[in-house]
Amino acid sequence: MDLDLTEDQEAIRDVFADFFSSETGPERARDAEPLGFDSRAWDRLMETGAPGMGVGGSRGGGATLADLTVVVEEAGAHIAALPLVDHMVATRLLAKVGVCDDDALVGRTIVGLAIRPAQDGTARTVPTGAVARRVVALDGDALVLVEGDPGAHLENHGCLPLAHRPLAGATVLAEGPDAVAAYRRTLDEWRTLTASTLVGITRRALDLGVGYVKERRQFGRPIGSFQAIQHLLADLPGLLDGARLLTAKAAWAGDRAVAGQAGVADIGDNEITDFAALACMALVSAGEAATTATDRSLHVHGGYGFSEEYDIQLYFRRARALTVVLDDPARECRRLADLLLAGPATSSPPGAGSDRNSVPHGGPEPGGDADHLATGATR
Amino acid sequence: MDFSLSPGAVEFRAEVKAFIADHLTTEVVDQMHATGTFNDKAFNAALADAGLLAGAVPGYGDRDPIELYILFNELEKAGAPYDGLAVTMLVAGVVNAVGTDFHRSRVLGKLLTGRFNCCLGYSEPDHGSDVASITTKAVRDGDEWVITGQKMWTTMAHVSDWVILLTRTNPDVPRHKGLTMFLVPMDTPGIEVQPVPTMATERTNATFYDGVRVGDEWRLGEVDGGWAVMGVALAFERGVMGGTNPTVPLLRHVRDWAGGAASPDGGTMLQDPLLRERLARTAIANQVSQLLTLRAAWIAATGGLPGLEGSMAKLYATGRYQQAVGWFQEMAGAEGLLGFDADGAAADGWIDYDARHAPVTTIYGGTTEINRNNVAERHLGLPRDR
Ligand SMILES: Cc1cc2nc3c(=O)[nH]c(=O)nc-3n(C[C@H](O)[C@H](O)[C@H](O)COP(=O)(O)OP(=O)(O)OC[C@H]3O[C@@H](n4cnc5c(N)ncnc54)[C@H](O)[C@@H]3O)c2cc1C
Repeated sequence: MDLDLTEDQEAIRDVFADFFSSETGPERARDAEPLGFDSRAWDRLMETGAPGMGVGGSRGGGATLADLTVVVEEAGAHIAALPLVDHMVATRLLAKVGVCDDDALVGRTIVGLAIRPAQDGTARTVPTGAVARRVVALDGDALVLVEGDPGAHLENHGCLPLAHRPLAGATVLAEGPDAVAAYRRTLDEWRTLTASTLVGITRRALDLGVGYVKERRQFGRPIGSFQAIQHLLADLPGLLDGARLLTAKAAWAGDRAVAGQAGVADIGDNEITDFAALACMALVSAGEAATTATDRSLHVHGGYGFSEEYDIQLYFRRARALTVVLDDPARECRRLADLLLAGPATSSPPGAGSDRNSVPHGGPEPGGDADHLATGATR
Repeated sequence: MDFSLSPGAVEFRAEVKAFIADHLTTEVVDQMHATGTFNDKAFNAALADAGLLAGAVPGYGDRDPIELYILFNELEKAGAPYDGLAVTMLVAGVVNAVGTDFHRSRVLGKLLTGRFNCCLGYSEPDHGSDVASITTKAVRDGDEWVITGQKMWTTMAHVSDWVILLTRTNPDVPRHKGLTMFLVPMDTPGIEVQPVPTMATERTNATFYDGVRVGDEWRLGEVDGGWAVMGVALAFERGVMGGTNPTVPLLRHVRDWAGGAASPDGGTMLQDPLLRERLARTAIANQVSQLLTLRAAWIAATGGLPGLEGSMAKLYATGRYQQAVGWFQEMAGAEGLLGFDADGAAADGWIDYDARHAPVTTIYGGTTEINRNNVAERHLGLPRDR
């Protein structure tokens, strides 16, 4: 048991807090709109090694998922318009199947991840589809890589570089249950790191709100002295810290799974160490924290919160975009229920599922190699 | 971060789980709900005899302090009667932290046997959240003090051996500065205990103090230093000693019920997509509550006083508990209104039980508003408005 960051992680946090505060931030995020990509900051980020830091072995940075959460929380807090999370997890996946070249590793070629299943040969609303030259996707039970010019940007409220990416001509990297399992593992890493980004957004939204209500005066006193304002904000530290702890726990479980330690998901005893369940929980919880914190913080700004001039709206919009870009959180919860409860909604016979202590999704936790993974996916 | 327990803690948890499996019988649970007294002396004594209370006093002993969290967390998850034990161990912690050798030799050892109980005499009929304004008087008379007044909500007073009693010793100074805490034996002449029934199954009490005489040796902390003692007691209370994971047994009971309960739409309730979503949301809230509690425990274990972190855990956990039980009671419909003994009660009456109990969790141990005030002022640094 240790709920502190390691010394290395504290150092990583400090370095990247400095980096993102000098190279990114609200002004740069504004300049990067509507596309949501700050190419100058990406060039600078490449110098730090961050894009490939999650890739293991001798070539990459060998960082754990837990280390990566520390980096991307800072990116979220400084509202960096960078495809960092997607690139990190996609390069880890490419490395796993042995096709992560140097361009991808260092970030000269941005790699994106199609987080939704392909439909009719197209990966729709790929979060970094408008900036990534390469996109990894799951098409049926095939893990595929499409390469080419980024797609046409789909302008959106959150200023994410969304684009549809047709998969015609894509290279098949792997097929079958192993491929599906490797992709799912990657998606859980995406959930975990996106959760951490949302934690950073939550943190900064709370700071912005608290800072504003201490300064702004009405009726002859700071509005932060009104209890109605105080109580809107007082719920947020618990949401923030809770989401951060849950995200850290998901990352810990993800790293343990790589090391071959399987988790459990026993809601009867509140004992959850399964990575897939925790990743889903972290995303839902961080999404809720971020949407709530940005909503309340914007509200206590009064009319200024709604104006473009103040920063809180940047956080408000991104919090919502990152919370729904994968799916409706309610559907994520139903998917989580399938992991936690016996059998899916439509197929479980009454009284099914005596084995409540084990996770019903397929096979052992995906490890460093994808050789022995089993799922029931069909094309 | 590392979320795994040390081998010693894992072993301790296994011992606690085994103890619960052996000792938490249906009779113990029924008895607790029938009497409304969430305290079972035989159960407590057996815990002590099994060596499981050695780490249960906050700030005391050489056991891994995480054992304290594990003990109360396991008892709470299992639905065991632990309220009286938690208060007793809390008082033991206060006695250890601020008491004299006399207190330690006369009281602490006894409390560790599991055969004695304490209760908390802070609240009064007219002073609850504003507890610093209490008026129960203690007047010095030679080597003794004479205590007169009334306390309200003195839960467990009817089974207790001592009460820690917050009194006013100086009415002429600002309210926080004229308070003194005493540890008063409950068999002292002049103390009367009257039951106060509640809308849940649990009982509490009003207690009356009519010229109660105690020697100065029963004073806990400095004369007029009672507020500092309260600070220690509240920091121990909030978060770490149970009360932040009541939704774990609720979720278990609802899940078990839903698998066998027919849905009006066909199939079982466990197949209902909205119930599944809510079960999942509750499972998430349970993890977050556990982690916030664990963090408070971790801070305590590494030498801090987790008062604010405990407030955050309590705020979050009790709000989610009320939300969850509201969902489940609505979804169970009329059967969700039926109690333990009723034919056809949803989840054998547990939904009804939790629906009755949940409202108090945002009131006692510091209301949600008071906890929000704490977080706003002391964590966020917002200006005080009072
Ligand atoms: C079942 C039960 C068991 C209890 N056990 C014990 C016990 O063992 N020992 C003990 O000493 N006490 C105990 N209590 C008392 C409990 O701590 C108090 O009920 C609680 O502190 C609130 O005080 P009150 O009931 O006087 O409500 P009040 O203080 O009158 O509060 C009424 C409402 O006003 C709000 N309010 C008050 N002040 C503020 C403020 N400054 N800002 C915003 N809102 C405010 C409160 O949040 C609440 O919603 C128990 C209570 C219950 C119901």
